Amino acid sequence: MPEQIQPQQDSRETLSFYVVGAVFLIVMPLLNMLPAEDSWLHLSDFRLNQFGKFLCFAILALGLDLTWGYCGVLSMGQGVFFGFGAYCMGMYLALQIGKESVYGSELPDFMVWTQVKELPFFWYPFKSFWGGLLGAILVPVIFATIFGFLAFRSRIKGVYFAIITQALAFAAWLVFNRNETRLGGTNGLTDFKQVLGFRLSDPSTQLGLYILTVLALIASFLLCRWIVASRAGKVLIAIRDSESRVTFSGYTPWVYKLFVFVVAAGLAGLAGMLYVPQVGIITPAQIGVLPSLEVVIWVAVGGRGTLIGAVLGAVVVNFGRSVLTNYFPEAWPFILGGLFVVVVTMFPDGLVGIIRKFFAGGPPAAGLAMPKPQTQGGR
Amino acid sequence: MIEQALADLTSENAETRSAAVAILIEKGDASLIPKLDEIRATADRAVRQAIKPVVDLLKNRANLSSELPDYRRSAASDIASTGRREAIAWLQAAAAKEEVWWVRYTMEESANLLELRSGDPSAKLAAVKKLGELRSQNSVTLLQELIDAGKLAEATDEQKSLASTAMASVSQIEAWSTKANIIETIFRGISLSSILLIMSLGLAIVFGLMGVINMAHGELMMIGAYATFITQQAFIAWLPPESFDWYFPVSLPLAFLASFGAGWLLEATVIRFLYGRLLETLLATWGVSLILMQSARVYFGDLTAVIAPQSLRGGAQVMVGVYLPYNRIFIIILSIVCVVGIYYMLFRSNLGMRVRAVTQNRNMSACLGIPTRKVDSYTFAFASGLAGIAGWALTMVGNVDPGLGQNYIVDAFMVVVTGGVGKLAGTIWASLGIGGLNKVIEPFTGAVYGKVFILVGVILFLQWRPSGLFAAKGRSADA
Repeated sequence: MPEQIQPQQDSRETLSFYVVGAVFLIVMPLLNMLPAEDSWLHLSDFRLNQFGKFLCFAILALGLDLTWGYCGVLSMGQGVFFGFGAYCMGMYLALQIGKESVYGSELPDFMVWTQVKELPFFWYPFKSFWGGLLGAILVPVIFATIFGFLAFRSRIKGVYFAIITQALAFAAWLVFNRNETRLGGTNGLTDFKQVLGFRLSDPSTQLGLYILTVLALIASFLLCRWIVASRAGKVLIAIRDSESRVTFSGYTPWVYKLFVFVVAAGLAGLAGMLYVPQVGIITPAQIGVLPSLEVVIWVAVGGRGTLIGAVLGAVVVNFGRSVLTNYFPEAWPFILGGLFVVVVTMFPDGLVGIIRKFFAGGPPAAGLAMPKPQTQGGR
Repeated sequence: MIEQALADLTSENAETRSAAVAILIEKGDASLIPKLDEIRATADRAVRQAIKPVVDLLKNRANLSSELPDYRRSAASDIASTGRREAIAWLQAAAAKEEVWWVRYTMEESANLLELRSGDPSAKLAAVKKLGELRSQNSVTLLQELIDAGKLAEATDEQKSLASTAMASVSQIEAWSTKANIIETIFRGISLSSILLIMSLGLAIVFGLMGVINMAHGELMMIGAYATFITQQAFIAWLPPESFDWYFPVSLPLAFLASFGAGWLLEATVIRFLYGRLLETLLATWGVSLILMQSARVYFGDLTAVIAPQSLRGGAQVMVGVYLPYNRIFIIILSIVCVVGIYYMLFRSNLGMRVRAVTQNRNMSACLGIPTRKVDSYTFAFASGLAGIAGWALTMVGNVDPGLGQNYIVDAFMVVVTGGVGKLAGTIWASLGIGGLNKVIEPFTGAVYGKVFILVGVILFLQWRPSGLFAAKGRSADA
């Protein structure tokens, strides 16, 4: 069977992707470097670093969009995989502090407070950079494989899966908060100094990390697009729209679901890994139920079922957040809650849907059509 | 003589003082306490130290004949820690008249503890035996000392026989306390289960009958809890203190109505656009829950507490070593009442019949003249009202704070998922299972890892039963 791609839609998404990618990869670093400090065109180091953080979130959102937007599997525990990646990298960075720490000990500071005399065994792999790098991807991937295998094989689906993953996020948050897990407890890991010999406080290191993040985002995007455009991608969409029919057609849906779930977990780990050196801290607060749900709202706001939507949503919501919490710190939960309600009830196709409607004449939102309300069971 | 002793109390001589103390303890009564307090206020430190035990002992002695059993009991257990032999006679006299078994038990226990500390060898032996028969947990340390003393090389025959009796008594006590622990664990498990049940009932109705995941359910409970809190504040502000305890029954309908109204509004403004789209209801109600939580935080601040009414404070001592708090018993009874009420509502009333009809076949019901829209909004509001009742009950076991709903919602969903959708029996069994298991493993793992184990347990359970204990069958199963 020939590949059926909607050429028009695809070319549009590709075009917007190139535009967005160029802006992030070339224009923004240039605005940071070239104009004079006081010029209105100048992008401060702070802002650039902030965008680096948002782009990490965009990678995280891409993963969720793949599972939720394309395959209909809503995971409310993406924060956990993000946290695994971030903690793996954080452990490497924490060990790089070395004698520069407050107490002048080879051990991270929190271990000095909590009377840990020797490095716990599971910290050893993170003495090397490659340990941190591989761990940040492999730990979430392995965990997702086990969890997903148990969940999907026994056909836990839809809401059940969402609730189970939420419980997972809750449980992970509880465990990471404990001191005896030797991961820094509530305070998490912080006060990092250097990565591979580059000082983290140096603006040029941060610029380098920013560019790395953009490249990682582009690579993730291309990977996701490749998956979505492949035959497997068609099966994913079919599973989202009617899993039973896919089963009756002779496919095994749970294998596909497991596959995207694991890919999403790997992307989340990658995002976490890039997040830590740029933000400089990782705490259990990034893992819990609420942070995991915020990923869902990014994707929903941007437009699920379009990859560019996930990127757009993550950047727009987080940018809005950073601006708004400056002026109205107490209002953010209201706005976030309101976004949930308004987007779900009125704009199910998110920003991308709105833009498409605005330039009407394009194809009726093909890839992202909402699963129609099913009329079985009397409802 | 008493006058003389009072005067002697302030004497410089320590021997005169202790003689005076002995006289006062033997002959004095509670009427002396004001005088003693007067002396205490002006005297120096040594005298104050001498008087303190006298005052305490006399107070406790007076309390032994108090009208409130709790006072009598705590007086008896306080006396045991003073170690004065004079008190044995009082305790025995009070125990002879005592009618509440638990108070009598404490009096006998205290008398024997005193005997054990200061009696002659034969009295000690009798006390050791008696304490073993009483299964007195408080005596284990003392008995252990006797056992250790008997093991020493220079122990006399008397000490050895005392030690062997003590050993028998200790093993008697320990066997009993294992039994008592099991019973208390079962009670705590049932108590937690009933809390889980009362929270999940409304959730299960909305999920099972209407196909809506209501993530704001926890916040509807919070509304019920705050309604209780506001009623309490109103009673404190405007009504005489005697009527304070009435706030609790009065706030029940108010909590129900507040959550009922909030649920009705929620259905009318958000939920009705989302019927049939489970995941969307989940997300939209999450948004609502964030808004409600933040509103409570802004308006009420972070910590407020409801004071339990007099009748629900304290607890019942059902047997030695087993103490059941009244508020927990109350919640167990309330959850049973709610289950019965819901069964009646769903399977015996007209409204329930309509609800079930709409669940089975919406279009056919509409053709038969059932106003399906109205049934939807009533069902949702009713389930929300149940959340209000849950919130009302939860004020008895914890603080009222904006995070109240969040603390419980994950557990409540675990119950619904494990129980399966569509049958209330599933919810009941699942809450019993999860609550019971939680309390059984908690002593071994601690609360945090207990929760993690429960999560793993639920996932493994779903391997075996993917759609819960009582799965929906047939066509609607896949919806």
